[in-house]
Amino acid sequence: MHVRVRAKSDPKPSEITGERVYRSRREFMALAASSVALGGINALALTEDWLEARGFADGPAFKGQDPGEEITPFQYASSYNNFYEFGTDKGDPAQYAGEMTVDPWSVEVTGEVAKPGRIAIEDLLAGVDLEERIYRLRCVEAWSMVIPWIGFPVKRLLDRFEPTDSAKYVEFTTLHRPEEMRGQRSFFSSIDWPYVEGLRLDEAYHPLAIFAVGMYGKVLPNQNGAPLRLVLPWKYGFKSIKSIVGIRLMRRQPRTTWNVMAPDEYGFYANVNPNVDHPRWSQKTERRLPSSFFSPNRIDTMMFNGYAEEVASLYAGMNLLRKY
Amino acid sequence: MKWATAKALLFAVLASPLGVLAYDVYREVLMPGTVFGADPGEEIVRHMGEWAIRLLMATLAVSPASRLFKRPQWVRFRRMFGLFAFAYAVLHFIGYLGMLAGFDFGAVVDDFAKRPYITVGIAALVMLVPLAATSTRGWQRRLRRNWRRLHRLAYVIGVLACIHLWWLSKAGFGEAVLYTAILILLLGERIARMRVRIAAEAR
Repeated sequence: MHVRVRAKSDPKPSEITGERVYRSRREFMALAASSVALGGINALALTEDWLEARGFADGPAFKGQDPGEEITPFQYASSYNNFYEFGTDKGDPAQYAGEMTVDPWSVEVTGEVAKPGRIAIEDLLAGVDLEERIYRLRCVEAWSMVIPWIGFPVKRLLDRFEPTDSAKYVEFTTLHRPEEMRGQRSFFSSIDWPYVEGLRLDEAYHPLAIFAVGMYGKVLPNQNGAPLRLVLPWKYGFKSIKSIVGIRLMRRQPRTTWNVMAPDEYGFYANVNPNVDHPRWSQKTERRLPSSFFSPNRIDTMMFNGYAEEVASLYAGMNLLRKY
Repeated sequence: MKWATAKALLFAVLASPLGVLAYDVYREVLMPGTVFGADPGEEIVRHMGEWAIRLLMATLAVSPASRLFKRPQWVRFRRMFGLFAFAYAVLHFIGYLGMLAGFDFGAVVDDFAKRPYITVGIAALVMLVPLAATSTRGWQRRLRRNWRRLHRLAYVIGVLACIHLWWLSKAGFGEAVLYTAILILLLGERIARMRVRIAAEAR
């Protein structure tokens, strides 16, 4: 199981001083002192130092890992991205996402909540315990990776804003800032910015659904959705929206970007399902990246991306051939 | 410049993307992960496809260009453009078979039936075969007027190649728009000339 069952006697993750912190405390103190001496930096911003100081608990082991199922090297996970805000080539985000300012950053929570409001990312993260989660990432384009994220359950954040009883769905919005996101300026893009994704509230509250702020022990690179993104391992990658600035709790199903653009190709649920082909390609198999010249590294795609045991109950009684 | 020199030069230019690719592959094999990204197969297949469609458009542009610049001798280069377009299309296809489908012919048959962009891509490649085979002067003589008729297929192939590009694009349609615009221009020129000729013959 992904959800770790903790014995009463076990220390809470928040009580464990991360090894990194332990090791780097001296360096960190020295660095903090020097930065204050230099006039002070924003000590709260999401930097490597911030993450080192915060630390994160080791996540549960990667569920059902085959001996051959290795973590994708960081180099590939941070250079082969779909983030159309920066261009449609896989290399565009790594090349151009540096143009995006991620500090300062705030998120606005609206809709069916008792306490709506805008909150700075530092405040938003102040009370949460970070942990590492190693998940498969399956793209709708039939390639996949295995990535160690650092984050926290979606529920943890949403609860702070106290969703009301009428909240049934949640909508997420990516930053819209054409002057820093060249894909949003592109004349040939058919996407109606900003990028919007959404979930049923019970999906968002599932323990596997996390907000990530880091990966591979580092803060998220911009191209991977800094400073805050969703990670939903049982859904196709496009659901795991990046660089989130807006969260809205809703009574009705939100209109999500790809679903509105091409409803026959991209369902609202977009659960990984080898039995439902995308109209333009089969979903039965996937290419686990990195591939090589000599092998496409093709493997069978699993129902719910291998997380059926955990999430299948969310969709009990639904016809997944129609609600894809 | 002598004809043979010009031809050799053009050959070198059109073959240079292959040379660059071979060098990149060599470097990648020596030091994996330094030249190509996470998906070298996809990158190479796309690269070959780009050169195929570029040279296909170039082939179609040779005779209008020779008329525009009043250089009728340019038409003699057309065969080389066409054969290189064919060569890159074949490499594009072989790359897809090996590096994307992994020589799994079940997957290829599945793709052919289920993915329309692959269906039109393969159709375009199949049509290129007779054109490449009859590109020699001998065949030109043997087929006489029919040679011209047969080689008008190049326009159909151009249309299929553009459809292939439109259908495989998800949201960035820049390339599809570019090549379609070029094709419309070339086809438009051809139709305009045909109408002039028909009008002249009717007189």
